[in-house]
Amino acid sequence: MEKILVGLKRVVDYNVRVRVKSDGSGVDTDGVKMSINPFDEIALEEALRIRERGEAKEVIVVSIGTSEAQQQLRTGLAMGADRAILVESTTAVDPLTSAKMFLKLIEKENPDLVILGKQAIDNDNIQTGQMLAALWGRPQATFASELVFDGNRAKVTREVDIGLETIEIDLPAVITADLRLNEPRYVKLPDIMKAKKKPLEQISAADLAVATVNALVESAYEPPQQRQKGIMVSDVPELVAALKDKGLV
Amino acid sequence: MSKVLVIAEHDGNKLNASTAKCVACASGIPDSEIHVVIFASAGEKLAADAAGLASVDKVMYVDNSSNEHALAAVLAPQIVSLAGDYTHIFGPSTTFGKDLMPRVAALLDVNQISDVMEVIGSHSFKRPIYAGNAILTVEAPEGTAVVATVRTASYRAVGNGGAAPVEQITVSADLPQHTRFVSLQAGKSDRPDLQTASKVVSGGRALASSENFEIIFRLAEALGAGVGASRAAVDAGYVPNELQVGQTGKIIAPDLYIAIGISGAIQHLTGIKDAGTIVAINKDADAPIFDVADIGLVGDLFKIIPELEKAIRS
Repeated sequence: MEKILVGLKRVVDYNVRVRVKSDGSGVDTDGVKMSINPFDEIALEEALRIRERGEAKEVIVVSIGTSEAQQQLRTGLAMGADRAILVESTTAVDPLTSAKMFLKLIEKENPDLVILGKQAIDNDNIQTGQMLAALWGRPQATFASELVFDGNRAKVTREVDIGLETIEIDLPAVITADLRLNEPRYVKLPDIMKAKKKPLEQISAADLAVATVNALVESAYEPPQQRQKGIMVSDVPELVAALKDKGLV
Repeated sequence: MSKVLVIAEHDGNKLNASTAKCVACASGIPDSEIHVVIFASAGEKLAADAAGLASVDKVMYVDNSSNEHALAAVLAPQIVSLAGDYTHIFGPSTTFGKDLMPRVAALLDVNQISDVMEVIGSHSFKRPIYAGNAILTVEAPEGTAVVATVRTASYRAVGNGGAAPVEQITVSADLPQHTRFVSLQAGKSDRPDLQTASKVVSGGRALASSENFEIIFRLAEALGAGVGASRAAVDAGYVPNELQVGQTGKIIAPDLYIAIGISGAIQHLTGIKDAGTIVAINKDADAPIFDVADIGLVGDLFKIIPELEKAIRS
């Protein structure tokens, strides 16, 4: 393989408990910690391991978002990516438009493989990889937990509801990373310094000139219904009695 | 008037319960006609089962050896060829539907609505975002098909009693050869299925080993319950991945959920917030799981669980 393209989305950090704004206009992200979407970090780790095994030559990280996403791309470069591309957009980009933008980059870069996270933990859409594969007319292997390459093909083990499914796909293809594909490495300080010198190309989203379709309108945000704290019991007989009361045992 | 196409999920022998839940969601769309389509190698029996579901108006099945195993790249063009005048195309928010439906949406050049939890109107839906910390209302544009996945935990399966007509159909679509099924390693299935079980017992990191996890399986057996696990327990290798409950695992809604040795990270709570009754057993009285539990018991799970199993069996 020559090139692997990896998507890195800037999202609210995994540990932040997001709250809906009191006026229902969105979620409060002011001043909260932002990070690389955890599944994208796994995607990048996998790409780096493939390159380190000598099975690929170059790993390119891509983010679509505001100029602040440069931070996440720099982290990606510090992890070991060779170069970065930021598709700069001041407004939120939906999955279909993201997929169309990735496709434009694919046409330019001709990667052998695209690895994305299986979902972004902000909107939980789980769409972009599959949409990209569809528009590209290439295979998709979603929810991947193991990849084995054999020339121009890959065997991918997928985490599905009833267990593990293995499929074989021809390259180029889109793979989306699940949790257990690998454990991403920690970034070391010297690598952060080195990453500052690596190339980071900025493209404006408008320059990619993708055709957007009627977007979904996000009309209201509300907090979820909270469950109430229930009763505490002190031993097993009390627990069994409480369950019997509810007709559950 | 809306015309909804539901993509059935099945294992070749029987329909997955997710299909009847998609039908339940579709039936919430005002003035809707609901069609179910089955892609299989031999779909006649599956089609008869779907025809028996309440609220279904018509069932179609497409027999093709290429459809023996559900591959998104193979199914999507067939669905697109059927899309025609359907106003809505629904699939379940299971790994089957999550894999397939965005591929369909992209080929139709529409955005997808993921995880529909409530139908407000024919083009207005609620869905969870940020691991369920916010509920978003989205409006889909008129004039193009609404492609959506249905959050199965939000719906009760429709019952039987339907008698919809069944039609075998053929579709003309170029099916790609670039994606091939190799194998499926399915978990043991002698227990109730985690996603549809009315009772679920889950274990967390506090179980400390896969040997210790046996007490969870034994309690589940006594209760006739399915078994789940927290992400920590799966990451630690105590149980296989398909048992994971939460934002990135399975979202479930059993009548009874017993969380044992699970602290209750928000990502886990996302997976169980629609459960009927939540029981938490944990040695840490401050564990966040107790904030959402209907019944809490603080103590040593290795003493409590065998005692509970014994009490239930007697």
